[in-house]
Parts: sequence; C-alpha cells; structure tokens
Amino acid sequence: MPANTNNIERSNSLVETIVESHRHRPGALLPVLHEIQASFGFIPKDAVTPIADGLNLSRAEVHGVISFYHDFRYVPGPSVRVCMGEACQSMGSAALLESAKALFGDGVEPVYCVGNCACAPNVEIAHAYHGRMSPAKLTSLLAREVAA
Amino acid sequence: MTISVYVPRDSGALAVGAEAVANAILAQAAERGIRVELIRNGSRGLYWLEPLVEVQTPQGRVAYGPVDRDAVPGLFAADFLRGGAHPLCQGLTEEIPYLKAQQRLTFRRVGLTDPLSLDDYRAHEGYRGLARALEMTPAEIVAAVTESGLRGRGGAAFPTGIKWNTVLEAPGDIKYIVCNADEGDSGTFSDRMVMEGDPYLLIEGMTLAGLAVGAEQGYLYLRSEYPHAEAILDEAIARAEAAGYLGDDLRGSGKRFHLEVRRAAGAYVCGEETALLESLEGKRGQVRAKPPLPAIQGLFQRPTVVNNVISLASVPAILDKGPAFYRDYGMGRSRGTLPIQLTGNIRRGGLVELGFGVSLKELLYDYGGGTASGRPIKAVQVGGPLGAYLPADQFDIPLDYEAFIAAQGTVGHGGIVVFDDTADMAHMARHAMAFCAVESCGKCTPCRIGSTRGVELLDRIIAERDKGADVAQVALLRELCDTLLNGSLCALGGMTPFPVLSALDHFPADFGLVAETAHA
Repeated sequence: MPANTNNIERSNSLVETIVESHRHRPGALLPVLHEIQASFGFIPKDAVTPIADGLNLSRAEVHGVISFYHDFRYVPGPSVRVCMGEACQSMGSAALLESAKALFGDGVEPVYCVGNCACAPNVEIAHAYHGRMSPAKLTSLLAREVAA
Repeated sequence: MTISVYVPRDSGALAVGAEAVANAILAQAAERGIRVELIRNGSRGLYWLEPLVEVQTPQGRVAYGPVDRDAVPGLFAADFLRGGAHPLCQGLTEEIPYLKAQQRLTFRRVGLTDPLSLDDYRAHEGYRGLARALEMTPAEIVAAVTESGLRGRGGAAFPTGIKWNTVLEAPGDIKYIVCNADEGDSGTFSDRMVMEGDPYLLIEGMTLAGLAVGAEQGYLYLRSEYPHAEAILDEAIARAEAAGYLGDDLRGSGKRFHLEVRRAAGAYVCGEETALLESLEGKRGQVRAKPPLPAIQGLFQRPTVVNNVISLASVPAILDKGPAFYRDYGMGRSRGTLPIQLTGNIRRGGLVELGFGVSLKELLYDYGGGTASGRPIKAVQVGGPLGAYLPADQFDIPLDYEAFIAAQGTVGHGGIVVFDDTADMAHMARHAMAFCAVESCGKCTPCRIGSTRGVELLDRIIAERDKGADVAQVALLRELCDTLLNGSLCALGGMTPFPVLSALDHFPADFGLVAETAHA
C-alpha cells in the first residue's frame, strides 16, 4: 500500500520536525506532546519511539506522561465536553450531560471546570465554550453541529 | 467623530455570545455609515450582564447588558452610541452599585482598558511598581512585600514575603519564578480574568518577583482550558519584550527577566506546587515530598518562587503605593483585598474584590441577590472542590483565612459556589470522592485508594438512605476521611474530606440520618 507508506513517512517526519524544534527547551516533553496532538488530533502510537529518541527519554517515560494527563490521548478526543464542576452542577449540568450523551453517545465526556462559573452551566463543543446552557439550547447547538 | 464602543474579549463573555455582538455592532455601524472604534476589553466581572457593551460618552462609559446579537439593531435605534435610553441600559458603568461598592486594587484596570495596549496600561498606573523596584535593592523589594502582609492567594495563604526571602537567601546563580496559573478549582476564574483582561499586570508582578529574588527566567504554567488567556499572554509578552519591559535589559537597567507560557495538560493535581514543577520539567505531575521546599530546591532543583496569579498581580500596587496602603485593607492576619468569585446558582454572579472581613451574607444577598432559581440557598461551597459546604446558619462568617479554618473550611482561591434547596448533598459528597479518584496523582495510598473506597461507601449509603441510614457505613466513611485528612501527601487527598464531612455534619438528612446520629 504505497499511499499508506507515504502517510506514515510523512507523519514520522512531522513528529521528528516537532521534536527537533523543541528539544533545546528545558522540560520539552509537554510542549512536544501538545504540538503533536494539535497536528494529528491525537498522539499516534508510532510517535512514542521518535519522541523518546529525540528527547533522550525511555519509551516508558513518554507513555507514562501521555497516560497521566487527561489532555493527551492515543485516539481522537471527544467533540463535546460538559462541565461537571460544582458550579455547573448547581445549575443542572448532570441533566445536560445526559442530553448530550443521548445525542452524541461516546463522543461526550465530562470536564472539571472551564472557568466560566458565573455563567453556569457550560459545555464545550468543538473547542468553543458555551455558557448559560440548557438542555433545549444544547440540543439545538448539537443539531447544528451534526448538520455541519 | 469616532465613538468608542467596548465589547469584552473575556472568554466568559465570549461563551455567552460577545463575538456575535461585536460583529453585529460593526455591521450595523457600517450599514448606517457611523464610525465606531471597537475596543475589546476584559470583563468588568458583572457576569450576569455579559455580554456587557459599553459606550464612551462625555458623562462617562454607559453600560448595556446583557446584549445579544438580535438586540443590536434596537440599540442603534435607541441611539445607544450617545447613551440613549433602552431597556438594557444599566446607566454609567462606574455607578452600578455592584461595581461601585467594591475595593478594586488588583482588578483596578480589568474591563477598563484595552488588555493589550501598553499605552493604556501605563496611562492607568501600570509599570510604576517596576520603576520603583528598579531603584531598590532585592532585599528592599522583599521587605515591602513582607510588610504588606500579602499571603498566597492560591489557597494556602503562606506569607509571600517570607517565601521570597527564602529564595533570595538560597545560594545559587540560577533561580526561577513560576506562576501557578493552573486555576482548576470549580467556582474560580479570577486568574483568568486578570490574564485576559490585564496581562501586563501579571507580567509586571512576575518581573518584580524576579528582581526581588535574583531570578532571570519565569515560567507561567497555564491550564489548557484557557486558550484565550494563552493567546493574550503570548501577545502581551511579545509586546513587553519589544518595549524593553522583558528581556536582557529591563528599561535600560541592565537587569534581565525572560518569561514564557507553558501549557498544562488537564491534571487538577498540577495546581499543587510540587506536582506543577514536575509537570514543567516534562514529567508526570506527581507530588513531591517536602522538604526540600521549592524555595530551596524547586524547578530543575533550583531555588524557585511558586506563586498564584493573584499573589503576583497584587505586588505592583504594593510597590507603587507602598506596603501600608495594601495592608490597611482587610482584617486580622488577612491583609489586603481578595477577589471573590460568586458562582453557581446565583442571580448576580461575578467578580467582587473587597478587603478581607466581608461576610458571606453580604456577598450572597447584597451582591449576589440570592439564587438564580429564586429558591432558598441551601449551601455554599467556599474555596473550590476541596472546600467545605456551609449551611445558611454560618453565613455570618467573615471572609478571613483564620475564621474559615476555625469553621473547618478554607477561603482557598476565593470561589463561592451557591446551591439552592434542590441540591442533594450526599450526591455532592460522592462527587468530591469521585473527583479525587479521577484526579489523584497516585503517589500516596490514602488519596489513590481511599477516594475509590469513599465513592463505594457513599454509593452504599445513598442506595440505603430511604430506609434510614446505615450507621456503620457512615462511621466507616468518617474513619476513611480521618485517614485521608492525616495520611495524604498533599491537599488533594488531605482536603477531600472537607466537602464530605461538612455535607454529613450540616445536611445529615440527605444521607438518611437524623441529626443526632450524624456524628455516630
């Protein structure tokens, strides 16, 4: 499958370029992982070895960091996050989470505080925050998202 | 004549439609052939009125809010550009009682100025602290901070001057300033407001810390949930460098200070200072045992100041106006002001900066106006997810570090979350344990395993509560809390019992207990 091989080569060289651009920085691993995730939408499993080699770390150390932080993942993240911080819960975010799951299923995850607690409850859809949400407003926003 | 119109770029305002409002104003103005200068300010912190649009008039800035996109044509029709009457008109911004009654020291510019304009910053007393500091010795700067009585605003309330002095006196050529901007507590957003609304204030505060202890490199550890703050800080840092306020020669003094933003990765525990340092070093955010203190061996084993955003942002005014000016606000050993965040089920949520000593009652009713739902307040949680749930009969407690410790609570980072009488406190207690289980770094056993056992216990208690409480399970829960309180390495495990025990003590009925057996 030549096309596939090309893709793998291209992504390997992108990973190496990213590692190279950060390797001089102290504590470079988090900036490297953030940039890889921004480029691919997730951390490709194949990226662990070149990251480890480039930063003089073991693969276990790199995997350990990826698995520790909620932000980093080996598969694409959720498209919808519902804030389940206490402030949003006081305004009914548990019901919102249920509505979102009914529409989006596994693509929905909780997030613990997006820092907009005076306009609770909040949801995040495709990296944008929406405050003062209600199940009805959420349903129409998500319907728009599905159509898009 | 061009008319200045302000629409916040604060992410709270954006989340309720500020961008669409800004675009609608520009479109209407173009259609009507009116020249407006649109300024994207920070938020005034009157969040129930966001998006809050302000218009500059000869009498002062006039506020309209909450404005949505569809209201914009009506505002033009009402001649809002000259302060015209409209149902959404709130009068002069500065005269809105919620804002007028505050004592804004740290937040003096937030919402007032264009966050990225250095000219605006300097025109409103910015960089006067730095000018003073460049004529002082490091020890004099530290002494001023010590005399001000400033204590760490992240939650631990450790005296800032003492921490700085430890780093100043620690041997070594390389030292670091680390700003903890991992504002993970639910019910808090004051750090975010400063970073988005007055970024140079934080940059100046970190520069002052660098001058005070002899550090030439600063890191701003910013939570990844704040992308707008990151963009604004990156731009502000670049502009400050270009103007000689950061870099190798601070305003011709020959002194250096470099600053960079590092994005966190969604781990609540990295708000704990030693876990934060591990994370900055590129490792798993696991808590370190203390000692050694970060002030002696911190980032990359070097002496390091780790301070919260608000602590650092409080320093420029202390140097500019003198320590006594700051110390004169507050009560007891809690000096200065606290930016309080009113959140959750509250009618007028927002940012209230006041000297320590204000009571919860004043905040919840005079400022907050009671619940958003109109129902009675059942409980408030002060100080984030690790803070105690307080019932209405404790609302006379003043905001003061010592008074809250006496009530088995914490002021924390100044967040207050309001719950109405429909809240299920047993469910909230379970949430506290579940949150701890999700966020535990795994280093110490009480937190890592205890939190999971706590969820199981609370599930059993909740399942049985309609038949009356299982007293043995409640006793076991209390024992478990005792283990977490006394056996955990950091505040995550050590304080998770606060919301659990306070819910049990103050709201026994929610656990199926009658009042007397709550303490069994």
